[in-house]
Amino acid sequence: MENSLYVSPSPHIHGGDSISKNMYGVLIALIPAFLVSLYYFGLGALIVTVVSVASCLIAEYLIQKFLLQKTPTLWDGSAILTGILLAFNLPSNLPVWIIIIGALVAIGIGKMSFGGLGTNIFNPALVGRVFLLISFPAQMTTWPVPDPLSTHYLDAETGATVLSAMQWDSSAIPSVKDMLLGNMGGSLGEIGAIALLIGFAFMLWRKIITWHIPVAIIGTVLIFTGIMHGINPTTYVNPLIHLLSGGLLLGAIFMATDYVTSPMSKAGMIVYGIGIGIITTVIRLFGSYPEGMSFAILIMNAFTPLINSYIQPKHFGGK
Amino acid sequence: MLKTFRIGGIHPPENKLSSGKKITLLPVPKQVVIPLNQHIGAPAIAVVKKGDDVKVGTLLGKAGGFVSANIHSSVSGKVNKIDNALDSSGYRRPAVYIDVEGDEWEESIDRSNTILKECTLSSKEIIDKITEAGIVGLGGATFPTQVKLMPPPGNKAEILLINAAECEPYLTADHTLMLEKGEEVLIGISILMKAIQVNKAIVGIENNKKDAIVHLQKLSVNFPGIEVLPLKVQYPQGGEKQLIDAILRRQVKSGALPISVGAVVQNIGTSYAVYEAVQKNKPLIERVVTVTGKAVSNPSNLSVRIGTPISHLIEAAGGLPEDIGKIIGGGPMMGKALINTEIPVIKGTSGILLMTRKESERKPVYNCIRCAKCVNVCPMGLQPTQLMTVTEFSNWDLAEKLHITDCVECGSCSYTCPSNRPLLDHIRLGKGKVLGIVRSRKT
Repeated sequence: MENSLYVSPSPHIHGGDSISKNMYGVLIALIPAFLVSLYYFGLGALIVTVVSVASCLIAEYLIQKFLLQKTPTLWDGSAILTGILLAFNLPSNLPVWIIIIGALVAIGIGKMSFGGLGTNIFNPALVGRVFLLISFPAQMTTWPVPDPLSTHYLDAETGATVLSAMQWDSSAIPSVKDMLLGNMGGSLGEIGAIALLIGFAFMLWRKIITWHIPVAIIGTVLIFTGIMHGINPTTYVNPLIHLLSGGLLLGAIFMATDYVTSPMSKAGMIVYGIGIGIITTVIRLFGSYPEGMSFAILIMNAFTPLINSYIQPKHFGGK
Repeated sequence: MLKTFRIGGIHPPENKLSSGKKITLLPVPKQVVIPLNQHIGAPAIAVVKKGDDVKVGTLLGKAGGFVSANIHSSVSGKVNKIDNALDSSGYRRPAVYIDVEGDEWEESIDRSNTILKECTLSSKEIIDKITEAGIVGLGGATFPTQVKLMPPPGNKAEILLINAAECEPYLTADHTLMLEKGEEVLIGISILMKAIQVNKAIVGIENNKKDAIVHLQKLSVNFPGIEVLPLKVQYPQGGEKQLIDAILRRQVKSGALPISVGAVVQNIGTSYAVYEAVQKNKPLIERVVTVTGKAVSNPSNLSVRIGTPISHLIEAAGGLPEDIGKIIGGGPMMGKALINTEIPVIKGTSGILLMTRKESERKPVYNCIRCAKCVNVCPMGLQPTQLMTVTEFSNWDLAEKLHITDCVECGSCSYTCPSNRPLLDHIRLGKGKVLGIVRSRKT
């Protein structure tokens, strides 16, 4: 008996938290938004999501198994999450082959080329999304209009999104009620504001994320666009429209809060969130792209290591 | 709103299995092994030799320096040998082996149950008696008590804080002691107040021990200046700096002593030992030990003579579980894994925790996903994951700059990590290295 005792340093117990618990927690938080997109975009939303998740899983498996020759960690949930988030950032009428390319770029370049989960600098889903946006601008910027329980996929009817309407034709902006519910055009996961906020509440409750990053981003965008609206209400729309349109909520709640690519201290998270808010607003108001959330997050991802080394948490008994 | 410390902290499952169990007297074994180094600081120097007859309370070892403590015999009998023995540190270190004969006590010790409340001794006389009795911090840190009672020149104690948080899961020794020896504990506290010349003491008890809070609050009516304060359950509240922050809202600066904010902190078990030493002339020769674990058939609180092999305690609690994986001296968060069942109980042994094989196994380690959960729970406001990385790269300059030496080794980071990373293992290593570098720089 005596030779078979474990002798290891403390602590001797573990809280039972795991990577997969956190990843699946985020996936659960994404369910309401997914249901909203299934309702408004129907079959297209389903196909895009399934293809995206499946190709992310396959890409992860093949790269881990044959290129890196490690044991694949397929079911830790991170590849599924990348797949879902990538799909949520795509129009629901995107052809399968483009989705597969996006998934390959997301997992292969965004994640695995840096060494896999935990060591990537940029949010993998956004790397995939931005790659597609630059490579296939036409397909990536024609969004289907909402069509409850539609059975159309590639042949769905398309129209302008709120943000592009803002730039070209402000009469096409939907009502606030429609925007809250998700009855508007856009990438498939970004439309239902209420559904996204339910997911946010769930993640806060389960302590998967803290409030700092989303609140900093949303607050910054509201203040910045509010000031611009105050200066010139005809050119710059109401901040509420900015809040509810495009990928702001999806990005602030689910993409910018990605553990790996966001800062670790609370103060650092606030700085990071403010940065994203400013860059997004600048792109939306003054840039040639109608939406800037993806770029803003990727740019601030690059600053994360710097923020981590300059902004330390307040240490006990420190000045 | 109950008070608690303001940075970090966790709340592991409490598992106080032995709560409500009365203190049982464990029979004296046939042989005891009394290590000469049971405290932080210099080992005691043996003053007995092979063949000497000793009684309960006879001095075996004299304090070997300013930060050190006397060691007394916990049994009567004959010194068999003075030899190295495996202790809870995992090292072989000098210890006095005594073959037990009868149970004869030194005559100066008052063995009656009469509670003596009055104490007319001066501060110095009290501290001398505490020094004489070899009392050390009984929460587990085993820092010699008298040293804490003699603040360095220029510092003045304003308040005495009594640590009755017992924030470690499983342990109930302090809880039981408060319920059964409440009066004695409070007398001990008032003696400690006299020793450091303050007129205010606060006993911090976590709110999961409501019966003890009520009991002590009732008794404390007769003890002017002693306040019993319930605290929100949060680990590591029993840490000295955390307790001060929780009760007084004062943060002890990095590297400074609690006295720098006017506080002296003592454990509740220590105050009981102080009562016995000062009022009953009884040196520290026995203590309450919780024997517990999910696979233990009879979790118990035992009153045990120092030097008793833990196998006796385990027998009393129903024997070793079949699939035993780990034996821990202390609690699951900060206790030490013991090498075998012959390790003796020492002054700092607050509990013996038995874990099954399944409970003992560590889980596979994955990449850090930078979730910052370790940062959020660190009660010292450090960045454990970063400290682990700088240790892995042996970057001691950066480790020092990131305050690695402030780590209190509470283990909240490793407990929390979703990737099961052995954060504290690395930080402990790095902290040791950096402390060594700092010391050599000074000389």
